[in-house]
Amino acid sequence: MAERIKAAEKFKRNRVPMPEQPPEKRVKNFDEVPLGYTLEDAIEEAQRCLQCKPAACIEGCPADVHIPQFIDKVIDEDLEGAFKEIKITNGLPAVCGRVCPQEEQCEEKCVMNKKGKPIAIGRLERYVADWAREHGVGDEKPQKSSQPKKIAIVGSGPAGLACATDLAKLGYDVTIYEALHKPGGVLIYGIPEFRLPKSIVDYEINKIKELGVKIITNYIIGLTESVDSLIEKYDAVFLGNGAGAPRFMGIPGENLNGVYSASEFLTRSNLMRAFDFPKYDTPINVGKRVAVIGGGNVAMDAVRTAKRLGAEDAIIVYRRSRTEIPARAEEIEHAEAEGIQFELLTNPVRVIGDENGNVKGLECLRMELGEPDESGRRRPIPIEGSNFVLDVDNVIIAIGQSANPIVARSATGVETNKWGYFVADEETGHTTHPKVWAGGDIVTGAATVILAVGAGKKAAESINKYLEEQG
Amino acid sequence: MYKILEKERWSESVFSYIIDAPYVAKAAQPGQFIVLITRPTGERIPLTIADSSAEEGWVQIVFQVVGKSTLELSLMEKNDELYSFAGPLGTASELENFGGKVVIIGGGIGIAPIHPIARKLKEMGNYVVSVIGARTKELLIMEDKIREASNELIVVTDDGSYGRKALVTEPLDEMLKTEGENIKKIWAIGPPIMMKFCTKTAVANGRGNDIIVSLNPIMVDGTGMCGACRVTVGGKTKFACVDGPEFIGGLVDFDEFMGRQRQYIEKEKNALESYKAKLQKEGRV
Ligand SMILES: Cc1cc2nc3c(=O)[nH]c(=O)nc-3n(C[C@H](O)[C@H](O)[C@H](O)COP(=O)(O)OP(=O)(O)OC[C@H]3O[C@@H](n4cnc5c(N)ncnc54)[C@H](O)[C@@H]3O)c2cc1C
Ligand SMILES: Cc1cc2nc3c(=O)[nH]c(=O)nc-3n(C[C@H](O)[C@H](O)[C@H](O)COP(=O)(O)OP(=O)(O)OC[C@H]3O[C@@H](n4cnc5c(N)ncnc54)[C@H](O)[C@@H]3O)c2cc1C
Ligand code: SF4
Ligand code: FES
Repeated sequence: MAERIKAAEKFKRNRVPMPEQPPEKRVKNFDEVPLGYTLEDAIEEAQRCLQCKPAACIEGCPADVHIPQFIDKVIDEDLEGAFKEIKITNGLPAVCGRVCPQEEQCEEKCVMNKKGKPIAIGRLERYVADWAREHGVGDEKPQKSSQPKKIAIVGSGPAGLACATDLAKLGYDVTIYEALHKPGGVLIYGIPEFRLPKSIVDYEINKIKELGVKIITNYIIGLTESVDSLIEKYDAVFLGNGAGAPRFMGIPGENLNGVYSASEFLTRSNLMRAFDFPKYDTPINVGKRVAVIGGGNVAMDAVRTAKRLGAEDAIIVYRRSRTEIPARAEEIEHAEAEGIQFELLTNPVRVIGDENGNVKGLECLRMELGEPDESGRRRPIPIEGSNFVLDVDNVIIAIGQSANPIVARSATGVETNKWGYFVADEETGHTTHPKVWAGGDIVTGAATVILAVGAGKKAAESINKYLEEQG
Repeated sequence: MYKILEKERWSESVFSYIIDAPYVAKAAQPGQFIVLITRPTGERIPLTIADSSAEEGWVQIVFQVVGKSTLELSLMEKNDELYSFAGPLGTASELENFGGKVVIIGGGIGIAPIHPIARKLKEMGNYVVSVIGARTKELLIMEDKIREASNELIVVTDDGSYGRKALVTEPLDEMLKTEGENIKKIWAIGPPIMMKFCTKTAVANGRGNDIIVSLNPIMVDGTGMCGACRVTVGGKTKFACVDGPEFIGGLVDFDEFMGRQRQYIEKEKNALESYKAKLQKEGRV
């Protein structure tokens, strides 16, 4: 058992760095980039925690993870205890430890951040969850009730999985309907292997199945069966179908060969494993120079995937400046280390094709920053006459996703807003239909894993309350 | 799940499978399609629902061997199981009693998908004239079934080995010229080039808005989540998997559509070659 160190010592020490695959090596493979803490690293980092009461970090966490409590157990090497502490409020710690934007959440609020050295909460969370997976520590099996009520869940992304887990633990009979052939949502088809190994997602899904949750894949709600029909057959329905429809820019040349939406590009590579063509049958075309339009996590994932698929020049084209890039800080740093180029303050106006209809260039305009807009970020304004052409073989569009109307179209009495997202109570996820709840990206628009997990959990609680009241 | 209940070979390269898929069968309507994967390392391939029975829980697909995935599918046997089979996808054909003649054109493998459309239109009281065509007699499928589903049947082959020696566009042009407004609607399903020329024929007769074609662009998910299947229709980008696959022919940008279909041609060719070589080594062909 490691000792508690003095406060003065805590302030003196630095964050324990994360061991990583070196950039020149990792751009040639799809293996995970950060290698994970050792036990010694984890303890050394955990020792720095001030154990604040109340804990500022928890306020920054959308799932209210019991942060200082689990960190304290790490010092005692009580990793099982630490895992259970996290699991009270977060069902997917191995995932969240890897993909949450900690620098805007817990680590931003951490008092140690005042000195620029916040506790590496994400890395510790990941360490504890990985330890639990390697040691087979999981949830206790729920008790089977004799006459369980039945709940249908649409979509097996983080929102659906979190909702299913909590309801199964309460003894309900839960069935998830998933459109694709593999469950996991964005965790499987969107976020690349080098950031979130699929074996981890598969493990989590197996654990959820062990709780008795049935997952029916290849089943598209709205086409194979309507939400209306689920409402008739089940005691309650949770809609967690995400915001998966890709947005395009509406600029000329967008349908040329070699232009992809990030969703298509990443689905081909991650879900269909095109990076391993021809062992896997799905092809993907990546030329020497690839431009990715956008600055979010999706854009970073696409550009780093393109690099790994052989692009010599993989370029981010983003219309604002470095400070406004919305992706996680770690992704931007990783991308820079991997030699990704950034064309900032640049906005595409046209994709240029050759005589065979293949992309050969992207015409762009330079921008400058004006006054802040509604989002508080300074608005980019085009500089007239600054047009120039980037010579590229592929253009990948990563400017956001929107709601796919298939589910909503089949749900009578479940209201949507003008963007097609379900209208749901913020605290409970309850929609305008008494038997239907919704949560995750299909309510908020594209957001984060942890917010989807939180929404799934809140809905589970509300569904339980409703079903208990129904008797 | 998704067991092959029946397998028939209809020509050198065309096969018909009956698949056990009760959920899909229950919801299937004419004009819709499924996406299947043969085995876990396979790709998602879209195929039209040629027929289905909600009561008996099966779906029929009719496919032509054109590349690796369809070749592999053709090598599966009765009682084998597909890894994945999802549907029904896409928007159903908009069928009604149009109050006159409807011309239904099927070319090559496109004869299979016109069958449920013709049958339903006839049931609804339309006078259905079907035109089916193939390169040569050997490749002509489903003649009896289409005859039964229609009031009149015209058979053409490119080489004149069976039926009339003509392209499907010829009888279409003649009918539009002689019968004019009496022809209320046209469906044309087949190879892209055939649909393009049927549309040209309709447009030349002032009927570009009355011809429906079924587009088969390259797809991935088939549910509106990737945009691989985008086509330009009436100057707007549409996703063929959810907004279609049927569109008004006169509005379709066929050249863009046909160009997009060729995106992976090199890789597809190589994949097919190495798969054939592997089969040869294993003594399977
Ligand atoms: C490339 C990429 C990178 C990202 N990186 C991060 C990150 O680093 N950190 C972070 O916090 N967030 C990240 N996000 C956002 C995060 O992944 C999402 O906010 C989160 O996954 C939303 O969860 P969800 O359960 O609401 O939806 P999803 O994960 O989208 O899951 C929805 C599921 O529903 C299924 N479905 C859809 N329609 C139907 C239907 N009709 N019938 C049945 N099933 C259906 C879908 O196939 C899918 O499996 C990223 C997103 C993407 C695309
Ligand atoms: C809505 C729809 C309905 C279809 N219905 C039928 C049908 O009933 N019968 C039938 O025989 N074929 C049908 N097709 C075409 C069929 O999907 C392709 O022939 C098949 O995917 C080819 O796979 P492959 O590996 O054998 O050939 P490949 O070597 O991969 O490709 C050969 C050609 O097929 C096309 N193709 C390749 N991959 C796809 C893909 N994922 N989606 C669509 N087209 C592709 C391309 O034009 C390509 O050049 C349909 C396609 C669509 C989109
Ligand atoms: S705010 Fe930082 S130092 Fe304080 S308890 Fe949370 S993690 Fe520890
Ligand atoms: S195939 Fe992906 S959106 Fe149509």
